[in-house]
Amino acid sequence: MKPIHAFPIAALVLSALAFAPLFLPDYWTGVLLGMTGYVTLATAWALFSGPTRYVSLATVAFFGVGAYTVAVLNETLPYPLVLLCAAGIGAVMALVVGLSTLRLAGVYFVIFTFGLAELVRQTVSWWEVNVTYTMGRYVFLPFEGRHIYWQLLALAAVTLLISWGIGRSRLGLALKAIGDDETVAAHAGIDVARVKLLLFVISATLITLVGAIQAPRWTYIEPSIVFNPTVSFMTLIMALLGGAMRLWGPLVGAIPLFLLFEWLSVSFPDHFSIILGLLFILIVFVMPQGVLAKVESLRKGGRT
Amino acid sequence: MLEHIVNGLVLGGTYALVAMGLTIQYGIARIMNLSFGDTIIAACFATYLLFTTLNVGPLLALLVIVPAGYFLSLGVYRVIMKPLVDRAPDAGALEVDSILVTFGLLFVIQGVLLTVFGGGYTSYSFLNQPLSVLGTAVAVNRLLALALSLGIGAILVVVLYRSHWGMILRAVAVAPQSAPLFGIDTDRAARTAFAVGGALAATGGVVLSMFQTFTATGGVVFTMKALIVVILGGKGSVPGAIIAGLLLGLVETFVAAYVDPGLTLAAVYTVFLALLLVRPNGLFGKA
Repeated sequence: MKPIHAFPIAALVLSALAFAPLFLPDYWTGVLLGMTGYVTLATAWALFSGPTRYVSLATVAFFGVGAYTVAVLNETLPYPLVLLCAAGIGAVMALVVGLSTLRLAGVYFVIFTFGLAELVRQTVSWWEVNVTYTMGRYVFLPFEGRHIYWQLLALAAVTLLISWGIGRSRLGLALKAIGDDETVAAHAGIDVARVKLLLFVISATLITLVGAIQAPRWTYIEPSIVFNPTVSFMTLIMALLGGAMRLWGPLVGAIPLFLLFEWLSVSFPDHFSIILGLLFILIVFVMPQGVLAKVESLRKGGRT
Repeated sequence: MLEHIVNGLVLGGTYALVAMGLTIQYGIARIMNLSFGDTIIAACFATYLLFTTLNVGPLLALLVIVPAGYFLSLGVYRVIMKPLVDRAPDAGALEVDSILVTFGLLFVIQGVLLTVFGGGYTSYSFLNQPLSVLGTAVAVNRLLALALSLGIGAILVVVLYRSHWGMILRAVAVAPQSAPLFGIDTDRAARTAFAVGGALAATGGVVLSMFQTFTATGGVVFTMKALIVVILGGKGSVPGAIIAGLLLGLVETFVAAYVDPGLTLAAVYTVFLALLLVRPNGLFGKA
């Protein structure tokens, strides 16, 4: 599809989605909200991890930091400033993680991100118990479900736009070169470490904002709620199902999987993580490049 | 002071033991196994089950659980890992695939444990009487755990460095491309290495359950610590894993004793970060 057609269509879909809560019952607004959250998470995750093949397992670390920042600051600062603070903290955290691991082989990054959520969760818990003497906080913001949904929808649109923009820029080209062969990319004059770091910070900041915006939904927040590892896992599986290398891939994966998980968590609450794990293993086996690539290869196969 | 050193060595001994398993899996089979810690926890629960229902002690349980760990890991390798190994065009692709698949496996094992045993902290009392060592009281189960870790670790080092079979495994670790030229069946070596790693995880689980409480969701932390020990010691280096494991156990115990028990993971991470900055290839690693 040419961009000339794509933009008006995207705008149309976006405005239709924006008006949806005015007609839908509250439950479905909630579903749309959760779905938009995961579409943003998966797209932001794929922004960095897709082309570089550096699997980040720390989604919930940033997501939780965002939510927690809102919980701590919502009574002292005006809301837009709170969001700005959350984004800033997320960016600084990503910078520290990235600076210490992204210059090394990919496996160090994976290992570091693997434990990061647990580290942040334990450190926040320790801080709350020993320094501030509060365990659990309340978020009182005058938002209903649809207000949060609108903010998330805007963030999702921005995330897709960033992803599209990077895909067309020199940065995107550099990223693809790194994904294909890091040594070759470095010899072609690409500052590999800087490109990776920049992308990781952008991706992590977006993820932090998703957590921050969703925070008012919980009302009550404590570390074990906002640092739930399932969030990292679901983001990963959605992006992979759709295809992390493509602009629309994470979106294509997130929508059906979110609905499936919504149904599973109601129908099989006790076996949720087993089913999730098995499904994930299946996806890695059958569609390592994602649904979009699979469809494409099937179509190509049909023609020849 | 002395008490903390002994406790630190006990904990470190267990870390060394399980990290050896992970370093063998990663160094020889080239599988980055993120479900490693959950294998450990599964072994903890198996020991607990044998002890409380059949009244089988942990030492006897080793005879059942360790072979079970070996054959279950062998099965996992054949069913899940082998197709990925065959499919992967290069080592990097296999690494990514194995990370993803074992991440999925982690949630499966954790989910099964949660369904069967629930999410609470579990422990049992075995040989919990104190014994005086160099003037401080140490629980017998801890001393036994240390002896077991060091004993099994020593046997493994001897086997790896002194036997023909160990030489084959080390050859595959050092030069996976050239090993087949000498008539080494690399596929078989990888399979065995993965299974031995699983058996070591099971051993670690049994040993650990004797003196620590455990939860179904605690696997991630063990994987994390084992990974850090592996990197600290140098990828694929068994002696490195032993020394780094003991070191990490000491650091953790001292931080828990003198700073705050809630900050042990932060301390472990600090050690990891410092190491990444100074010696990215580990204490015993080659560039």
